[in-house]
Parts: sequence; structure tokens; C-alpha cells
Amino acid sequence: MPKPLERVNDFVVKFANVNGSGSASANTLFGKIILRMGIPATPRNIFPSNIQGLPTWYEVRISEAGWLGSRGGVDLMVPMNPQTWDQDMASVEPGGYVLYDSTKPLPPSKFRDDVTVLGVPLTEMCNAAYTDPRQRQLFKNVMYVGALAALLDMEVEVVEKLIAEQFWGKEKLIKPNIAAMHMGRDWALKNLPCPIGLRLKRVDKVGDRIMVEGNSAAALGAVYGGATVCAWYPITPSSSLAEAFTSHCKRFRVDQTSSKRKYAIVQAEDELASIGMVIGAGWNGARAFTSTSGPGISLMQEFIGLAYFAEIPAVIFDVQRGGPSTGMPTRTQQCDLLSAAYASHGDTKHVLLLPEDPKECFDFGAQAFDLADRLQTPIFVMLDLDIGMNERLCAPFKWDDARRMDRGKVMTAKDLDSGKPFGRYLDVDGDGIPYRTYPGTHPTRGAFFTRGTTKDQYARYTEEGPAYIENMTRLLRKFDTAKTLVPQPIRRDAAQPTRLGAIYYGSTSPAMDEALHRLAGEGVHLNTLRLRAFPFHQDVTAFCAAHDRVFVVEQNRDGQMRTLLMSECGIDPAKLAPVLHYDGTPITAKFIAETIAEKANVVPFRKAVS
Amino acid sequence: MSYLPKPKFRHPGLQKNKLGYTRRDYEGSVSTLCAGCGHDSISAAIIQACYELDLEPHRLAKLSGIGCSSKTPTYFLGQSHGFNSVHGRMPSVLTGANLANRDLIYLGVSGDGDSASIGLGQFAHAIRRGVDMLYVVENNGVYGLTKGQFSATADAGSKSKWGADNNDSPIDMVALALQLGATYVARSFSGDKQQLVPLIKGALGHRGAAFIDCISPCVAFNNHAGSTKSFDYVREHNEAVNALDYMPVRSEIKADYAEGALEQVTQHDGSVLNLYKLARDYDVHDRIAAMTYLQKKNAKGEIATGLLYVDSSPKDLHAHLQTVEGPLNLLGDADLIPGAAALEKFNAARR
Repeated sequence: MPKPLERVNDFVVKFANVNGSGSASANTLFGKIILRMGIPATPRNIFPSNIQGLPTWYEVRISEAGWLGSRGGVDLMVPMNPQTWDQDMASVEPGGYVLYDSTKPLPPSKFRDDVTVLGVPLTEMCNAAYTDPRQRQLFKNVMYVGALAALLDMEVEVVEKLIAEQFWGKEKLIKPNIAAMHMGRDWALKNLPCPIGLRLKRVDKVGDRIMVEGNSAAALGAVYGGATVCAWYPITPSSSLAEAFTSHCKRFRVDQTSSKRKYAIVQAEDELASIGMVIGAGWNGARAFTSTSGPGISLMQEFIGLAYFAEIPAVIFDVQRGGPSTGMPTRTQQCDLLSAAYASHGDTKHVLLLPEDPKECFDFGAQAFDLADRLQTPIFVMLDLDIGMNERLCAPFKWDDARRMDRGKVMTAKDLDSGKPFGRYLDVDGDGIPYRTYPGTHPTRGAFFTRGTTKDQYARYTEEGPAYIENMTRLLRKFDTAKTLVPQPIRRDAAQPTRLGAIYYGSTSPAMDEALHRLAGEGVHLNTLRLRAFPFHQDVTAFCAAHDRVFVVEQNRDGQMRTLLMSECGIDPAKLAPVLHYDGTPITAKFIAETIAEKANVVPFRKAVS
Repeated sequence: MSYLPKPKFRHPGLQKNKLGYTRRDYEGSVSTLCAGCGHDSISAAIIQACYELDLEPHRLAKLSGIGCSSKTPTYFLGQSHGFNSVHGRMPSVLTGANLANRDLIYLGVSGDGDSASIGLGQFAHAIRRGVDMLYVVENNGVYGLTKGQFSATADAGSKSKWGADNNDSPIDMVALALQLGATYVARSFSGDKQQLVPLIKGALGHRGAAFIDCISPCVAFNNHAGSTKSFDYVREHNEAVNALDYMPVRSEIKADYAEGALEQVTQHDGSVLNLYKLARDYDVHDRIAAMTYLQKKNAKGEIATGLLYVDSSPKDLHAHLQTVEGPLNLLGDADLIPGAAALEKFNAARR
């Protein structure tokens, strides 16, 4: 047997549970304890498209060094689901540990001799302590957290405090949960060799960072961005964004005196209606958004084109997942880039914002509404399941109270009375952005008829070619203006001069950071450019020109960002080396480092990591 | 009809309404529909209704989908904002517009292809949400703009211009609207302006989901023998349940009516609908009875018209959502942005 793993503040714990068994709150508790001990940790839910019965996993990567990306592999497994026992057992690293419910004896063939097996009779203890079947189930979860507290040397005061916080407002539940936790802990202390080789030790590496889901952060961004209308249709993994907006609004947007709501949220009959309502509201001067995922984007295509041509502000949060129909709705990908960037028929191009973590979900979530109003066009905020539905450690949110909403070029009754000329699609300022009026502004001036493309600069019906071309080239001018307004890419240079570059974006960030560190350790140096928006800033073309080879790291099969770089910046495809991860799990540093090393032909490295 | 610009000349003696507007101030550009199209009569009725209501044109927003009917908003209320959206999706755009500013009047114009075929879902859901609007379906049973295909409201057994039989069951928009909870439901005929104008006026004053199914013969593709949406057929089979007279406020009734023949319905905005009953036992407030009555008439091949159902104290979507009194699009930073201190609290709770 290999030597049992000995690691402090640097390992991966994974829980295997049955969906609907109440394990989520115990697992969340486990993740929080680690953060409260000052150790960076990243939890990830791995769940099926199911409400009850199917397997679900919760993985926590603990990393004092601060690596927040998925690592791959498991050092301590807590297999609470008999259905997945074999697969869970097989996933443990040699020298790793397994904490299991030993109530029912299992044949030796169910175990491995290269891992340390730790049995706690959880069911037996629960059955002895509780009579209610639901309690027997729920307390079992807290009990294994208690056993882990003993095995990993957690601070018991922190555990107690967090249980009290978790059940705040439900005081009756605090004591029994603490008691159950102690039951598990005491049993482990008495019967098992505590602590094991994996240990937690208090450090001060979390700082002022917060732990929040990207969907909730984006929804809060929408509140701070001044959104008043939300229309949505339930779809995993985006539903929790609209739900979070609902709860944020209940907290922040209810008029204190009248109890009336300064927002309207409609669960629509489908995605077509959702985007239709958003466009209607945007046309009428309210800030409006929808949240959806890939299949929803497909359904919205026609309307998105209408909003592009009719120049109506709209914000679309796309929480990306795998494929259509039943396909991979609970797995993460960055696979909607092309369908969003060029959504609809006719010649259309759209602005995409690419947040890397919940902090940017909040920032871009708010900024998207200013951009939509300023540019009078749909703005996509491209999240994915990995950042959307998992809690992630990130910088605290900040807001400048002096900031005001930018409502863009809107003519008021006063402007119209002063005799300012109004043509809905007239490029007065040369930036491609025309002025608009809200319906109901003026009795005799500023009214116009909104259509798709058959119009002139004054919104009059025409099917004439020159008018069409004039409009289409103006829209390109507007897209050029967008390049100056969207979040700029962030370049980071390697410690040593290098001709190799890498481009990445979105939730790939933490894995990329770690991969760069590992590659540098092996002597492979890369300058990087993290894209934060489409259309691309001129720095993107310059970055590609300045390197012999640029790796484009993304989480889809077809290299969608690479395609955008080729088609929008005219970059030689031979220069852009794709690094593609698309099995539905979050991209890992190991994958990035190995793939780049192999493509860069760094043989010693390849051997070292395999 | 014509691409000629509309002459600006107006007769100096044209009557003006309380706002000082003539009827011509409620017109739009010249219609490009076929000469004699029923839809133009409906546009004229809308113009007449708005003029008579002293409605400020800019306080009304007109929205439509795609099709002949959906082109018509260009031909009336030139001083109103208009939105020619995508096929079958006007209801969602109108719903969103209404959410943004509850103070405007919303007029949705659609056709039977736009609302009963591609847009049936959106029609149904806008009605069941109680969006405060007037939703007019200009119903001719045929696709005009694509040249004569059957629509979903074409009666089973009716014939196309080229002799093809329609075998599919028709969708009855009035029955759907009643079932889905519209609070003002009427059916009319584009050839009966006297009936249509007051129905539109009543609907524009209604503060809930108002629906008018207006049969509007297509002179190019559905006005032949064998059609059940032709001028001749509708005139022959039209049976009005009541005649409506719209009063902006309650006032004395001058004419004499037989006992029980007149009913006054006061709407939320104070306007009064004087209903002269033609079918004596028809109760305009009884939704279930109305559905039964209409189905019976329908089975006999008769077309019941008039105000078919009204709820004089409707609730609309804003009431359901408990939104603030004023338009959401006027709320400013102080109303909407919680600020830095609230954000710091949010952060603190997540450490």
C-alpha cells in the first residue's frame, strides 16, 4: 500500500449523495468551515437533471495557495450513495481516504487496499438517537460533518458557530444539529486515528473575499444596473438567476410606505415571449432583461435580430451548459459564443460580456444595462454553469454612490420643443448611435414607427437599396463604437520574454492561473490575454501579432472564440492553437498545462506531469 | 392601394374635438392594402373612436405582428409610437411595453394568422395575464400577404378561392378569450361601423384585457361563394346580441326603451356603456352562459356579434404584480439603486 497522503490545506474532498437527501446544507456547511478557518476553498456541485433519487456530488477543493479551479481527482471521498459506490471508490487517489457509513458490512471486494478506509456507523447511530425517518436521514449528514471535523482537525467552535448561522431564524434546529455534529465527532475521536494525514490548519488567506454564486451576483448586478422588468422561462442552469433577482428585489425594491414594487417579474410561457417582453419594455424605456441558456438563445434568435435592427436595448444573461433537449443541462460549457455573437438572420453582430467570476458577474451585470441603453442593442452576459451555479470565492462587490445610470441618447419633450431635429436612425454624432424617444413623450413630435430593416433614417418605410446599405454601415459604425465602451482585455506578461501567448476568457480563469504557474515551473512561459468582451479591442489583434503562437483556451468542441478571432481580426488560423475542453466538467489546470506542453512540444514536461 | 403621399390639405370646416384635433389628426399614412379591404374599415373605426374619445394620440402605443392586419397601424394614429414586431409575437412585446409604462393605452392589432396560428400561444398567455390593452384581431380566415392560404380560423368545410376544402376545425378566438379570462370580449364586423366604433371606444376605456374579434373579409382571397368570411356570408349570418352606445360619463338616457332592454355598465374610468339588448335573455356579465350561447349560435352557423362579455371591475397584470403607481420607466437612480452601504452588508453576509 502506498503511504497515506499527508497534506495540510491542500487536498480535494468529495461527497457522493443521493439527490433530495438533504445533503446540500451539510456539504455547504463543510465548505464554509474551511473558509472561516482562513483557507481558500472552492466547492462545486455536480448534479443530475433530477429532483430526487439520482446521484449527486459535492466537491471541495481546498487550496492554501489559492487555486480556485477544479483540480481533478479526490483525496478524501465520502461515498454516501450505494448506487455510485464503485465509481466513487475508484476515483480516489492512491494513498487517499474514504469515510463511509459502516452500519452495513460490505464485502472486502468493495474496498481498495491502496486507500485508508474509515468506517463510522452513521445509520446505526442515527437510528438509535432518532425515531422520525426524516430526522434519521437529515442528521446523518450533519453527523458525517462532525466525523470530518475530528478527522481533519477542524476548529469545533467554528463548526458550532456556522451551524447556528445556518439555522438563524429557526432556533429550534440549532441545538439538535450541533448535538448530531458532536455525536459524529465524538465517535470518530474515540474510534478512529484522528486526525488523519489530511489536515486543516488556520491561516489568513481568504482576506476580505466573499463567497457567492455567479447567478446571484449577476442578478444583484441587474438590481444595481437599474433593471425594472425581468421576463424569463425556467431553464437549468439559469433559473436561479431570475429567482435571485426576485429575492434581491423583495429586499431592495419594495416601496417602504406603499409596499408596492419598483419592479415587474414575469415568468413567461417560453423564451420567445421572455425576449419579446424584454424588447417591448426596452422599447418603452424600461431597463429589462431575461436569463436563459443555450436552448433559449436558439429560440430567441428572430427577436434578437429584430432588437438589433430596430435598435432596442435588451440584456440577456446566458448561463451556458451543454447541448439541446435533455443533453447535459447540468454540465458546464462555453458553447454559445457563436450563436450569441451572430444571433439571428440577416447580418447581425452582438456585444458579449465575458465575466470570469461572481465579481465580474456583478460588475458586468450592472454595466450591461448602461451599455444596452448607450448602444441601443442587445447585450449578452455570458456566464456558465461553473460560475453561475457554484459558490465561488471572489473580491467583494463595490459601488460608487456617485455613479448614475447612463440612459443613452434619449430625446425628451424639452429637446423636441427646442427644435432639435429628430430622425430615429439619423447618425447625428458620427458614432453610429442615433437618438430615440420613448413612446408618449410629446403630443406632436418625436413619434416614429418601429420596424426591422425596411426604413430610412427617419424611420419611414422604404425598401430602397441605398437606404438599407446606409443603415447597415451605420450599424457597423456603432459596433466600432462598442469596442471602445466594453470591458477591455487584460494582458499579463510572463516573468521571461516569450513568443508564446495564450488567450482565454470566462470561467477558465482560475484553472488558467494555476496552469501558467505550473508551466512556468517547467520553464514554459506564456504571455496571456484574458478577453472580457466581444467585439474585440484592437489590443487583441496586436497581442496575436506580437506572438508566434497563441493558444486559445476554451470550453467547447469547435474553438468558438478562435473562430471569432479568425473572422473578426483576420488572424491566421495556423497561429491560433486550440486548447479545448468540453466533457461537461470544468476545465482543469492539469488539462491546460498538459495540452499546451504537448502542443508546444515540451517533452520533459509531458513526462513530468503524466 | 396607393403610394401617393397623403395630401396635407384639410377642409377648413372640419370639426374639432375637445383637444382641438380633427379626425384627420388621428389618421396615418395612406393604406397600401387592396381597395375594399375590410381592414381599412377597421382602421377608420379606430380613428373615429380615438377622435370621439378626445384621446391624445401620443398617449397610445400601437403594436402589431406580421401580416396584412399588422401593417394597418401605419395607416392610423400617425402621432403615436408604433411597433411592427415579429410574426405572432405582438402580445409579448405589448406585455413588456405595458410593464414599462402603465400610463399609456396599448392597442394590439393582429390577424387570424398572426394570432390563431403562429401566435396562438402568445395570444392565450397575454389574455390570461390580464394585460391592460385592446387586442383586435382582424379576422379574415386567410393569409392575405402570402396569397390565400387558409388560416386557423377558417371554418371547416369552407372553400378557398381555388376550390380547395378546409378540413381542419376552426379556432374560435372569442371562445378562447372568454375561457382564458379576458374581461371585455366583443365580436364585430368590419362592414358594420356603427357597431364597431362604440365597441372600440368601450374597449379603450377598459382597464384590463379587452379583446375584439373583428371579421374582416379579404376582398382578394376570401370573398367568394363558399367562404364563411365573405361580406355576403357575414351580412346574412350576423346576429347582434346587443347594440352599444358609449358614454364618456354617466348621463341621462333620452330615448325610450322597453322595460329591461337597456342596461348601463359603468367602467372603472367612469365611462358608461349603454347596452341595448337585442337578444333579451343575453346576460353580458355571465361568462359561462355567454360561452354556451355562442357555441349554440356557432353550431347553427350564425355569427353572434356585439359586446359578448364585460367585467366592469377587472384586475390587470400590474395589479397582480403589485407594481408602483407610476411608470417603471420613470424611476430614477434613487428609486432603483440600493447603494454602497447596502452592498457592504451583502458582502458581509457572505464571508
